[in-house]
Amino acid sequence: MTTTAPEHLLTADGVTVRFGGLTALDDVGLRVDPGSVVGLIGPNGAGKTTLFNVLSGVLRPTRGAVSWKGAPPPGRRTHHLAGAGIARTFQGLNLFPMMPVLGNVMVGADRLARGGAFSLVSGLGRHHRDERELRERAMAALERFGVAEHAHRLPGTLPYGVQKQVALARACAGEPELLLLDEPASGLSGHETAELADRIRGLSQDMAVVLVEHHMDLVMDVCDRVVVLDFGRVISSGTPDEVQADPAVTRAYLGTSTGPATGPDDRNGDPR
Amino acid sequence: MPLPVRHLLLAALGLAAVAGLLSVTGDLTALRIAAVGYTMLAVAGLQLLVGGSGQVSLGHGAFMMIGAYSMALLVLHQPTLPLAANLGVIVVVSVAAGVAVGAATARLHGPYLAGATLILAVGLPGLAHRFHAFLGGSNGLNIRTAGAPPFLDGLVTTSEWRALVVWTTVVLGLAVLATISAGRLGRRMRAIRDDETAAAMAGVPVGATKVVAFVIASAAGGLAGGLQAYVLGTVTPSSFTLVLSLTLLAALVLGGIGSLWGALWASMAIVYLDVWATDLARAANLGRNAENNLPVVFFGVVLILVLRFWPLGVHGALRSLGARLRAVRSDTSSRTPQ
Repeated sequence: MTTTAPEHLLTADGVTVRFGGLTALDDVGLRVDPGSVVGLIGPNGAGKTTLFNVLSGVLRPTRGAVSWKGAPPPGRRTHHLAGAGIARTFQGLNLFPMMPVLGNVMVGADRLARGGAFSLVSGLGRHHRDERELRERAMAALERFGVAEHAHRLPGTLPYGVQKQVALARACAGEPELLLLDEPASGLSGHETAELADRIRGLSQDMAVVLVEHHMDLVMDVCDRVVVLDFGRVISSGTPDEVQADPAVTRAYLGTSTGPATGPDDRNGDPR
Repeated sequence: MPLPVRHLLLAALGLAAVAGLLSVTGDLTALRIAAVGYTMLAVAGLQLLVGGSGQVSLGHGAFMMIGAYSMALLVLHQPTLPLAANLGVIVVVSVAAGVAVGAATARLHGPYLAGATLILAVGLPGLAHRFHAFLGGSNGLNIRTAGAPPFLDGLVTTSEWRALVVWTTVVLGLAVLATISAGRLGRRMRAIRDDETAAAMAGVPVGATKVVAFVIASAAGGLAGGLQAYVLGTVTPSSFTLVLSLTLLAALVLGGIGSLWGALWASMAIVYLDVWATDLARAANLGRNAENNLPVVFFGVVLILVLRFWPLGVHGALRSLGARLRAVRSDTSSRTPQ
């Protein structure tokens, strides 16, 4: 984890985040290889979401650094990371409520449009072709997630499960190289969660995936590597089997002696 | 059909409709039609800013003032320049002003942005007094602009010609605004309006897009002010007070946020509610004071009534009426909104 060899897509080294006196993350390291699925787990308040926000550029670490393809990220603002090929979903979905589903997903694809500032302001030049391509990409993404029939609806009028697929379609429409998923299984039924596992495996053909998740069955099922956080520190990392066998992990999920596979399941369906 | 082409065709249709309207109305109405035109351009700019990007400006009237004074100064000091060149310069000047104000306020949200633009609306008219010799103080500046060209003598009156010039500029401006609003840039703005974090995470440059929205709105406002100066032949600081900025914003809400049609209803409300209220005060012999203040009261009452019964403004009401009519006609239970 000390190397930033270019074969790693994303690495975080010595990431520390302090909010006033509270240390949310303490010297955390992480690496994500192309095409891999990395799970980020830990009890509530362990710092998963904070790390997620650091990786997606929403939050700047107090110390430490994130590098993208062996180099510093292309810019300090969130939209630079997206432009470089990092997409994320949100725990609260954060769909654009006043825009139809198609528009939502077209925003996700927007980074692939090639027209410059002139075409953007004037509607001339490449604009027409860009718009057609964005619409096609957005429709393709909606079809991939099985929600194309809702393209012209407003997100708020759709069931939660459909909204989640729309959020995934929006994140994938820009063809990212790294997809960050924030609790993708929360609020889903068992059947939908099984579908999600297939979905994530399918996505990892095209992109690397990092997911924060409470649903242990899903994490152990789809992840190549699992990183366990507790009180802002990495207490264990490795393959799902290694992590499950790690006594430090068992200890972290206090009150359970059976290990993480069953411990935190009761946290499914977190309030959003 | 590419968006600019479609919107230019619609602009030509709109201009033809205005020309038709002018041919059946008198001189006084021609001036009011012109007023509806430049007011609509100003409100449409505000529509893009408020309805499109979700930023609230209380200083839109200040940009109209910048445009109006630019027009007056150009006519006074560069009388050889043709009107089209004046309008071009006005756009450049108001874009520059918009960049300055937009860049300074880009990090401000909601009430803070409103507050900063409020300062502009309150402070800018003071400049006319501060630079009395150049800007004419409270008397403002008076200009004479050319009427209809000689070969149209007897065909159109000066007022009709001015209304046509105004509306030609306005429909072109509206075509630009409609194209932006319906295209990628408009979508980026709406994404920011709906959810800044999600927009940024999708790669939308939030700060830059907000500034661009502000600049476009400023250009529309400035151009509208320039057209107003051209039609009225006079600019005074008292025409561009905070009341104007607030009226533009209130009228936008009344007309309906989110559509250029809303800007049309808004500008008609601004122009005609004023006319009707003044007529009413005169008919009732209420005296000078009431005559001056009744339009504001009248406007406020209409605003309250409209929003009480149609929360989405006139355009929202018309749209839901249209949807209901379509539903009745089709009578099928397909409920997919377009």
